[in-house]
Amino acid sequence: MKKAAFRLTLAASAVLVASTAMAQVKIAYIDPLSGFFANVGSGGLKGMNEAAEVLVNQKGGIMGQKLEFVGFDNKGSPQESLIQLKAATDQGIRFITQGNGSGAAGALIDAVNKWNARNPDKTVLFFNYAAVDPDLTNGKCSFWHFRFDANSDMKMEAITNYMTDDKKIKKVFIIGQDYAHGHQVAKATKAMLAKKRPDIKIVGDDLHPIGKVKDFAPYVAKIKASGADTVVTGNWGNDLSLLVKAAKDAGLKAKFYTYYAGGLGTPQAMGAAGEGKVLQLTEWHMNVPTKNTEKFALDFNKKYPGVYFYYYRVNNMVEMIAKAMNTAKSTDPKAVALALEDMRFPNETGEVWMRKSDHQAMQPLYISIFTKADGKTVKHDSEGTGYGWKTVASITQRDSQLPTTCIMERP
Amino acid sequence: MSNLEFILVTLLNGVTYGLLLFMLSSGLTLIFSMMGVLNFAHASFYMLGAYFAYQISTWVGFWPGLLVAPLLVGAIGALVERYGLRAAHRYGHVAELLFTFGLAFFMEEIVHLIWGRNSVDYRIPDELDGTLFTLFSTDFPIYKGFMMGISVAMLVALYVMLTRTRVGLIIQAALTKPDMVEALGHNVPRIFMLVFGGGSALAGLAGVIGGNAFVTEPGMAAAVGSIVFVVVVVGGLGSLGGAFVASILLGCIQTFSIAMTVSLSDIFALVGISLDKTPSISRLTITQLAPILPYLLMVAILIFRPRGLMGARES
Amino acid sequence: MISTFFRRDRLLLWGGMLLVGILLPRFSSSGLMISLLCQIGIMMIFALSYNVLLGQTGLLSFGHAIYYGAGAFATMHLLNAIGKEGSVVHVALLPLGGGVAALLLGILLGWVTTKKAGTTFAMISLGIGEMVAASSLMFPVVFGGEAGVSGNRVIDKIGLFGVTFGPQVQVYYLIVAWVFVAAMGMFALTQTPLGRMANAVRDNPERAEFVGYNTQWVRYIMLVLSGFFAGIAGGLTALTYEIVTAETLNAYTSGAVLLMTFVGGIGFFYGPMIGAILIVIMQILVGGITHAWQLYFGLLFLFMVLRAPGGFASLIAIQRRLYAAGLFGRVAPWYLVSGIPGALMLVGLIGLIEMTYAALSDEEGEGAIATIKLLGEDYALNTFGPWLAAAAVTLAGYALLQLANRRLFREWNGALATLQGDND
Repeated sequence: MKKAAFRLTLAASAVLVASTAMAQVKIAYIDPLSGFFANVGSGGLKGMNEAAEVLVNQKGGIMGQKLEFVGFDNKGSPQESLIQLKAATDQGIRFITQGNGSGAAGALIDAVNKWNARNPDKTVLFFNYAAVDPDLTNGKCSFWHFRFDANSDMKMEAITNYMTDDKKIKKVFIIGQDYAHGHQVAKATKAMLAKKRPDIKIVGDDLHPIGKVKDFAPYVAKIKASGADTVVTGNWGNDLSLLVKAAKDAGLKAKFYTYYAGGLGTPQAMGAAGEGKVLQLTEWHMNVPTKNTEKFALDFNKKYPGVYFYYYRVNNMVEMIAKAMNTAKSTDPKAVALALEDMRFPNETGEVWMRKSDHQAMQPLYISIFTKADGKTVKHDSEGTGYGWKTVASITQRDSQLPTTCIMERP
Repeated sequence: MSNLEFILVTLLNGVTYGLLLFMLSSGLTLIFSMMGVLNFAHASFYMLGAYFAYQISTWVGFWPGLLVAPLLVGAIGALVERYGLRAAHRYGHVAELLFTFGLAFFMEEIVHLIWGRNSVDYRIPDELDGTLFTLFSTDFPIYKGFMMGISVAMLVALYVMLTRTRVGLIIQAALTKPDMVEALGHNVPRIFMLVFGGGSALAGLAGVIGGNAFVTEPGMAAAVGSIVFVVVVVGGLGSLGGAFVASILLGCIQTFSIAMTVSLSDIFALVGISLDKTPSISRLTITQLAPILPYLLMVAILIFRPRGLMGARES
Repeated sequence: MISTFFRRDRLLLWGGMLLVGILLPRFSSSGLMISLLCQIGIMMIFALSYNVLLGQTGLLSFGHAIYYGAGAFATMHLLNAIGKEGSVVHVALLPLGGGVAALLLGILLGWVTTKKAGTTFAMISLGIGEMVAASSLMFPVVFGGEAGVSGNRVIDKIGLFGVTFGPQVQVYYLIVAWVFVAAMGMFALTQTPLGRMANAVRDNPERAEFVGYNTQWVRYIMLVLSGFFAGIAGGLTALTYEIVTAETLNAYTSGAVLLMTFVGGIGFFYGPMIGAILIVIMQILVGGITHAWQLYFGLLFLFMVLRAPGGFASLIAIQRRLYAAGLFGRVAPWYLVSGIPGALMLVGLIGLIEMTYAALSDEEGEGAIATIKLLGEDYALNTFGPWLAAAAVTLAGYALLQLANRRLFREWNGALATLQGDND
């Protein structure tokens, strides 16, 4: 039985102190824990702490210390992220992680750079597990930032390569959230398709406010009117599940190429309507044969009913951080960063390589399609829907690489 | 897909949304017109309705919740009026306004406390999940039809209640001349309580059927709250008809503006002005302008026609 | 006016406050403490500026954040525009630029919003506030889109006498200076004929009109001035956090400043400052301990609206008057008598709320039993024990408080009657 230590102060009477039996390495998890995207943020935090417990702490920890992720609610906003970064550094935390929203990630990189320049004795290191704006490891790249997810351009490269072979695609509609990530997806889709399949017509390119739209029916009507046979979207969280739900309600027949349809409620929203129509690009899904991760995922899903394991890259990240700290024999951010650079970490799908020139992780990727679970190739269904993901293409670590324009300032 | 189909589908979407808005704003208009209180917590009752219905649906299913949840919300509304708002009334309108403002804040926190900060999995019942009819090639879901049906039924019931019953006539009189009604010996405070409870129940009902069509999450009150104000102001004080017209109008504005890809430079090009020098502004499409249109309308109404579209008097 | 301003006790008060502001970091210079103090300073200016509208002119605004936001964005753009050419002095003066930008916005929008007072003003301010907030994502050149605009306040690495504004504590001293200047400015405003006129327009607009004042004009000027000070506060946030996003000017920020000002007390000049201190402390310190801080805050706010609409400042003012009349000694013991059961009730209530949070939180996964830690002991929440105990404490506290309050109110009313009798 795990105990929840709920600290509270009561007016003058009860003074409560949290017990710390073991010294801890703390990583501040700065992501939305309230608001429209809270389901994404709180699911991620559970995954991180589970990974830290199972993959690190139960195997000896970090030089005998425990690894722990502490939640800081940034409400999804870049400004609040910096306030939370301040709160984390005020508590003496030296490592941060964030993933939901490239706007917030960009602001954090800026802030970490400034902080480290002004406080060389209290440097902070930023592990990015999901913010995919390519700029973060190109124009904005920093020595103090590591990205463990493939960036948006790498993902779009793989998706458009796959689309090139599907001659049935004639008209593509791009819809995205109105912020850095949505803009990047739209830009990359247009540029890459123009090169690889000049015959494909882009019949629509729409941006909607992020986290504000409750009813996507008007957008779906527009997609329908455009005659598109394929929709490309970088949407995530409720913005994706509501979009798919509205498409289902209106009977839209188009195929959806997505980044994030695999988790966090979207499979539930799609249900049967997504069968054979929705594709995703990920570094892993339940039906990629990986014995240990499969078990980890099943245990996790059982432990947290209603939350489903999604971020395989977080497991990689947690193990890589622990490995870097243990090899460097230090929990100093600079030493950890140096140990992470150029690390080759063998995982269950192959190898994750942290490229030194831009701190972008390279890893195998999979394109998969939503299909009825059959117990064989589609062994596991997704979120209890009876439908799961079937790999239709896999991309090796080497093939996923793209060049970088990063000119890194090194301390 | 033909243009006609597109226009019809968008119109249907707009009207469905507009009817939901009316269910929310009818109560607010009644409260605002009679009591002079701009009830900031009104949208919170909408949220409460959705959460109650969710909770009931996990125990005994959707259908009992459709009846019980609005009644519960209405009862809470009546209690709030009796023990909260009436106390604040002693200190004047500003205190009343602040009370409802604080109440909205407080109710959101209560929802955080009980149901957490995430969205809850409040679903459309299986019986209503499917296609009602197909318009050319677009499916119209049963649930949207159901929403429209409930809204129209509520509209008719409200109309009958206001025009055919004694209480309704008193309420109507109190809408325009509250002092006179009091002078005639009616128990105005009790009518206030009734109207406040009834209005809250309507908002709760909107939450029951809107919560699963969209998302049931703690931010839902804030998201819809300001739009409902726009409806009340645009429609005009003391006019349910005005609120109805404004609701449908806003519903359609929101859906049609999303459908338009025309940009400002296109519009100016029509009259022969080319706007190439200010690219970021002129490239804005109507779709992107959609979120500000309701507020633009509201400010314009307040400046040029403070009575609202069909208002009986100025605030 | 000058003479009232430079009264000796006033000078002592202002000087003392400045001294406290300067000395505070000496006691604790931890990062948390400095962050807290910076935020308090900024919010003091913002809340004071809001009270120029609400308290002085009687205008209830639900969209004051647009002026705060305008100041913040303008300051950030100015900071980026001066770039490496600027000096530390430029940076220190930047919030003034933010103030001027907000002033200009006030001149533009105020003409529309201040035509009417009362509920109409409240609604128009809400509408315009929402409109500005919604349009902020449409002009990425100005507002930076979702990511906002960020900048670097250290434009001169060498600095002036070691001041570069790199360390947060240096920004804190800058904030102290600005709080002092802005608060003096706003206090001076209350003493001017314009400030008095605003009070007249607030209390009796018809009569003010008859006497020959243009009420709309008075409201307009007050709104513009209030916007100016809000802009200074916005400029200081820009320098403190080095990022400004659209949230700075949204309805949430507008609501926060309203709550803060009201809880502090709108009837007194120093009320909003108390509100700012109280709420920032709740937000940062209590918020760091429990998720429920907003619930406590909501309860406090509702309590204040229903029981003490004058805010904390009015409670303090009454005690001061009692003290001055020598009546404080008569009621003080009964405060204590009521205070003990009151605290008891509060403890029980907080316990109940915290236990509900703990029991309903889903952080620990299936099968884990939520526990609560009290005085070093863990109590499992799946038994009735802790719940009964907390409920019993709450009820007992409540019952005793009712009993004690009877006596307190009798003494209190007696004291007030004597006080008023003395005055008559």
